[in-house]
Amino acid sequence: MKPQDKQKYLEEYEFLKKKGKPFFPYAVMKDSVMALIVVAVIIAMSVILGAEQGPKADPTSTTYVPRPEWYFFFLFELLRVIKPPELVPIATIGIPTICMVLLLLLPFYDRGPERRPERRPIATTAGIITIIAMAYLTYLGATGGAPTEVEMQVSKKYEAGKEVVAGAGCLACHKLGENGNNGPGPELTHIASRIPRAAIIRSVEIGPGIMPSFRELPPQKIEQLADFLSSLD
Amino acid sequence: MPSFPKPKIPDAVVPPPLRKPGKPGSGGTPKGQAPADLKETPERKSAGDKMLEVGKEAPIDALGWVDQRLAASGFLTGMLFRKVPKGTNWFYTLGSATLFAFIVQATTGVFLAMFYTPSATQAYSSIAHINNEVPLGQLVHGMHKWGSSVMVILIFLHMGRTFFFGAYKYPRELNWVIGVVLLILTMTMAFTGYLLPFDQRSFWASIVGININGTGPVVGPYLSDFLRAGPELGATTLSRFYAIHMLLVPGAIIALIGAHMYLVVKLGTTAPPWVKAERPKVAAPVSQLDAGANGNGRVNGNRVNGAPVDGEGNGGSAL
Ligand code: HEC
Ligand code: HEM
Repeated sequence: MKPQDKQKYLEEYEFLKKKGKPFFPYAVMKDSVMALIVVAVIIAMSVILGAEQGPKADPTSTTYVPRPEWYFFFLFELLRVIKPPELVPIATIGIPTICMVLLLLLPFYDRGPERRPERRPIATTAGIITIIAMAYLTYLGATGGAPTEVEMQVSKKYEAGKEVVAGAGCLACHKLGENGNNGPGPELTHIASRIPRAAIIRSVEIGPGIMPSFRELPPQKIEQLADFLSSLD
Repeated sequence: MPSFPKPKIPDAVVPPPLRKPGKPGSGGTPKGQAPADLKETPERKSAGDKMLEVGKEAPIDALGWVDQRLAASGFLTGMLFRKVPKGTNWFYTLGSATLFAFIVQATTGVFLAMFYTPSATQAYSSIAHINNEVPLGQLVHGMHKWGSSVMVILIFLHMGRTFFFGAYKYPRELNWVIGVVLLILTMTMAFTGYLLPFDQRSFWASIVGININGTGPVVGPYLSDFLRAGPELGATTLSRFYAIHMLLVPGAIIALIGAHMYLVVKLGTTAPPWVKAERPKVAAPVSQLDAGANGNGRVNGNRVNGAPVDGEGNGGSAL
């Protein structure tokens, strides 16, 4: 903004302000109505939706759904869109950090005097695209779900291992045949053709990247799980 | 820093102790002379009358007493009766709605803190206790839980409003920057609060969340180590999240909301970008003003009288 633009803005603003109404009671009235609506909505949600607890946190148990609160879905989904392990840091921290920096510095690179959205095509388009992208990713996250059943024909001796995989929520991040989500973890359908049994166990115990460690699972279950996965080639 | 003239408040709407003393010769109580109520009243009154009078005056006296020591009345009346620009609409309530949602979170949070135990062994059962035994416990817990969603929605809507209205431009750049930090802090609250109930969902989601932080370049591993506070997510993680959620971030949010509000009052809120002043220049000569006003078919009290705008905020009628 050039100095004369600033001057012009200030003069125009001062004039519009003079033509305005006092904050009290006019703006206070609107703010209060809005505040009442906010409390009413919060109380209604609390009464209708409640605050149920899930089962107690337990590192050794295998029934869990690693789902964040809905407003973090878009971050989690970003990991599904960008999957190659070497790109993961970009998706997890890179993109959000860049977005935050861009947002923070917005007033310093968008310095034009124009304020009407229809006359700021770049800013307005970028804003709308961001909103659509976030809404879409949130929608994906909300509908993705985390299946806890594996529909797959396996021979009797791998049945136990299949149940462990189903119960441990691996499908929240891995695809297994027709089941589960495609990402952020790699597909497990043919895992045995890629890595040996020992490596599978190591992955499960260490939890590479964003995958949680399942070290606390009973050893017997880890064995069953490894038996099952190492049969998939 | 532009300094806008303070609007002049009509005396009728300001309680007496908050009124500014008039200038000598302009009526009211002259400076340097004892106010009327300190002089002796000539007539005698009954005790009942006196008590009634004292009772009536007490709140105002108390206000005056406080104000003599705080000298805040100028600021307060300036803030309350400052003008908001023409065209201010319902979109402008989103900021205060966010503030209100934060107040709900802070209040319900205090009540939850009275019963919550931040220990890996007792956190879960203390929440169960709040839900099942504490009177209204589940209501307050639910309000805190859903209030977080409401606050996140409102803060995004408010940010969207200021973005599309171009409100981040000169001279409000700094307020936008403070706003973005508030957004980050609010999301930090949401992330750290999610672990506190210590149920399966929050436990595993927090592990994934911490691991996600860990994949970041350079600082990632340090960040996730800091958050986890140990080799595994456990008791120390919970205490750390609790301290961040209860002390560190709320303190920062309150301080920054204070700065945000200070700037809102100091700079004033924008007018919607479509609302334009229909007049060439504030300081233009009267004849030109009249021409402009007539040309637009608008009649303004001051211009009809031909009086120049006085620069005290009394120039425009409250349209
Ligand atoms: C939060 C999401 C998540 C969950 C839940 C999860 N994983 Fe993973 N898993 C990943 C990611 C991401 C990778 C890739 C990590 C990397 O290489 O950076 C991975 C990698 C693996 C690998 C190595 C794959 C390869 O090709 O090297 C195996 C095996 C594996 N996971 C098995 C499991 C099993 C079994 C479970 C359930 C007990 C499970 N995962 C649960 C996210 C997850
Ligand atoms: C805790 C969160 C926040 C609170 C309580 C809050 C509160 C407010 C309030 C009450 C106003 C007055 C005008 C209005 O209501 O629209 C305001 C203005 C403003 N806020 Fe916020 N805000 C918050 C977060 C943010 C965020 C995240 C941003 C943007 C990144 C932001 C940017 C602004 C700007 C630029 C203004 C000036 C708007 C104008 O003059 O029209 N605020 N804020």
